[in-house]
This record gives sequence, C-alpha cells and structure tokens, in this order.
Amino acid sequence: MNIEEIRKQFPILHQEVNGHPLVYLDSAATSQKPRSVIEAVKRYYEYDNSNVHRGVHTLGSRATDAYEGARARVAEFIGSPSPEQIIFTRGTTSALNLVASGYAPSVLEEGDEIVITPMEHHSNLIPWQQAAKRSGAVLKYIPLQPDGSISLEDVEKTITDRTKIVSVMYVSNVLGVINPIKEITEIAHRSGAVMVVDGAQSTPHMKIDVQALDCDFYALSGHKMCGPTGIGALYGRKSLLENMEPIEFGGEMIDFVDLQDSTWKDIPWRFEAGTPIIAGAIGLAAAIDFLEEIGLDNIDRHEKELAAYAYGKLSEIDGITIYGPREGRVGLITFNLDDVHPHDVATALDSEGIAVRAGHHCCQPLMRWLDVSATARASFYLYNTEQDVDALAASLLRTKEFFGHAIG
Amino acid sequence: MQLDDLYRRVIMDHYKNPRNRGTMDEDAVTINLNNPTCGDRISLQLQLEGDVVKQAKFTGEGCSISMSSASMMTEAVKGRTLEEAYAMADRFSSLMKGEPVEFEELEDIESLSGVNKFPARIKCATLAWNALRKGVEAQGK
Repeated sequence: MNIEEIRKQFPILHQEVNGHPLVYLDSAATSQKPRSVIEAVKRYYEYDNSNVHRGVHTLGSRATDAYEGARARVAEFIGSPSPEQIIFTRGTTSALNLVASGYAPSVLEEGDEIVITPMEHHSNLIPWQQAAKRSGAVLKYIPLQPDGSISLEDVEKTITDRTKIVSVMYVSNVLGVINPIKEITEIAHRSGAVMVVDGAQSTPHMKIDVQALDCDFYALSGHKMCGPTGIGALYGRKSLLENMEPIEFGGEMIDFVDLQDSTWKDIPWRFEAGTPIIAGAIGLAAAIDFLEEIGLDNIDRHEKELAAYAYGKLSEIDGITIYGPREGRVGLITFNLDDVHPHDVATALDSEGIAVRAGHHCCQPLMRWLDVSATARASFYLYNTEQDVDALAASLLRTKEFFGHAIG
Repeated sequence: MQLDDLYRRVIMDHYKNPRNRGTMDEDAVTINLNNPTCGDRISLQLQLEGDVVKQAKFTGEGCSISMSSASMMTEAVKGRTLEEAYAMADRFSSLMKGEPVEFEELEDIESLSGVNKFPARIKCATLAWNALRKGVEAQGK
C-alpha cells in the first residue's frame, strides 16, 4: 500500500492550516474524499442529473441506472444477497431510526427487552430509548469490562427470552474496540432476538460480510468511508424488511394511491419516499470502488499498524490517559492530558495544523462510564502516516509545556 | 494563529484560581446550563437582594475558556442590578463578535476578546453569560 500515492488522490490534504501542513486526524468524525468520488458526483451533475424511476427520457434512465447500480455496489460490498435488501438513507442515524420506528413497534410488547451497551453512539441509543418508551419495553445494557470491552458471558446474562432486539456498534468511536458481533448475534438468535449492527465505524475500515455475521440489520454511513455526506444505507434480512413499516410517506414509495388509502412499492423503494439521494449514492459507489481497489484488508492492516504505533508513541507522554483496550482496536486513540481540558488540547493542536476531535463524541453515557466530561480523539484512515502520529506526539508535548507553564 | 492570543495570562489565572467557585446554601436562584455540543456544563447561583445581585457562585466542568469566563462573570456581576447584569451579557456578546467594548466592572473580561479569532471556542466563553441571561430572564426582567 503506497500511502504517498493514496495521499495524492485527496486534494484536501495538500494545504496549510494555521501556517502548518494539515495533519487530518478526525476521520472517525468524517473521512476526506478522494478525487474519484468528487469527480463522480460532479460528472453526475454535469451530464446525467435527472430524477429517477419516472423519466421516460434518456437522462432519467441514466440517472436511474446509476442510482440502482450504486445500490447493487453497496450490496456486493457488504455481502448482501440482493440489492433489494439495501435501503438508501441519510446515514447510519436515519438507518437505525428506521429500524427503531419502522420495525421495532411490530415486535415490541410491554415488558419485552431491547439490549444495547453503554458504549453506543447516541444514534444507536436514543432511537431505542424512544422505542422502549412507546412500547413499554425495557432498555437493558450489557455491562462493560474495566477496559471497555464486552465479555460474552455478560452478553449471555443480559439477553433473555424476553429480549426482542439487540443492537450493538461493531466498532466504538471512542474506545476503538472491535466488538464480537458474530458471537453476540449467535447469542441473540438463540433467544429469538433480532440483531442490529451499527456499522458506522467498522464499514470504512474492515471487510464486512453481513451473511457471515448473520446479523438481521446493518447500518452504515457513506461519509466515513470516503463517500459524500448525506448518504448511508440500511441492510436488512428480506423477511424482516417485508414486514417493516415505512416511516416516511409521499412520492416514489407508492404503488397505488386512492383518496382514503394507498399501497406501497416493493422493498426497498417503499422506504425511500421523495426524490432519493441520487448524487450521494453515486458518490458512495465511487468510494466503494476506491476502497476496493486499495483493498479493505490492506486498509485494515495499515490502520492497525498505525494504531499500535500511535498507542506506543502516545503512551510515552507523561500524564496521558488512553481509553479502551490496547489490543483489538481500530485506528483511533481517545485520550486526555492531565490538567489540560480536551478543548484546550484540540485548540493547541489546531494552531499547529493538527485536526482532532474533542468533546463527548455523541457518547454521553460512555463519558460518564469513563468518569470524564470530555476527551480528545485522534483517528486515522488510509491516508495517515507514522509522520502524522509523530507530529501529533510532538505537538502534544508542546501543548503540555504551554499549559504547564500557563497554569503552573 | 498564536496560542498566546487566546490563552492570556489573566485567563489562565482565573482558570487556575477560579473566583466564586462553589455553592450557596442561602436562598439563591440556580441556573443549570449545558453546552450539548461539547459537554461543558455550569451551575450558576445568584443571590438577590431586591433587584441587586448580592452574591454569585458557580460550579461546573469545562475548558479553561468556559471556566475562566464563569469566574470573571460571577466576579463582575456582584453588586449590579439585574438590568445592569443583562446589559453586561449583551456587551459580552459584542466582545465575542470582535466589537471594541469595555468592561469597567472587571477589565479582566476584555482578555477574552481573543476568543473572537477562535470561532469554535465562542460557545465555551458564552456559556456562563447565557446562564446569567437565563437567570435574569427567570426574574421576569
């Protein structure tokens, strides 16, 4: 994997920020976009732009072919048996909301259980809180180990015969930990529960096969995997999708409309009311082409090496706390420096052109579990290098010195 | 962009030695406010004597900018009427927009003018002042 060649394909990386070369370490928030993705979106708007599924004219056919081609591309990318099992959404959040509002009400009764974990992103937590409140179901949490990982023993203990839905993130956006999704799915299925996977942080970084995982729903975001913002997807098992209710109604999703009643199109179109995210889907397909050309296994290996290097390098800094397990993690490091608030850390790093995230990372319950109000996070992707990690470590030392002096 | 522009000595002094940090047992107006985008939170208490802020105290968690701003605000607001306090909060908003305003009540506040060049941090600086505004508004002013 030639990182220099890869970096050349990302126009945004070649700029100075605050007088320093940009070091972008915030890909877990959103990844940068390669030229091929930007060009695919541009080309669509310049040559093929038209509404889909309705035009008799040539542009309409081209747009429809490209949009449906993108669906097939996503299906193939995550191992979905058919393109019809891929619903385009605005992102992971709306995909998970669709399951919680469209599917969950049909199976949840008072006293039933929804099982999640305290490390979930708000997008895989609040939809379930709401679903529990509406149905009278109980929202239960699989406890975390001291290092932030999940033990299967705890999974076994938490999931019962009353559990109807289990929803867990594949990779934590804070702890970096990779959760044992296949094993959790097995346990969920044994109790007759449906398994939902939040794939926002896993899909960009590792080969995904929804059939091998055997999960029932899988949600992903395009913008974290080199694609545009505003596009994501929900994979669902066919029998479940066929029984799921649409949560948005209007154009594009109907079969027959009468004054008092209407019928829906087949899956997946019944879940895509209104003009869909055509350019976004086309951009996402281009992102998949880009990632597959490099190879997900190569990306995975590169990031794990970078994570190990960063973990070693950063843990040498006096007064740093790194959260999450050392092993079995993806390329992100969440940390705090003693006596320096993470916002101040992020501002200090930014003054040297280094972009990191600071805050609660949309994981307030996890922050409370970690007993912190906020953390800083550096996250890596295929375009990051060991030099980026070195720049981060050096800048953190200067940050410590600056605030040590200012406060001390 | 220089860090010294933002983190002036006086700011770091208020961060390290916050004035009026703590709670009051007396009958005080309490305002809790979060900055949901970053997790900063403040609990501000105002002890009123008629229309005048007799004492102000705060607790909370946040960065050097939000906590020093709270320290300065509570210091400046003591002895002021609710109207004066509200007007000061307005003046602080102007300061955050880069407008030249003065704080005769407490010159230290002017040291936060550098935040204007760090747009991502303006919300940190205004948290305590927004709590003050809410506190005044709750008194029907």
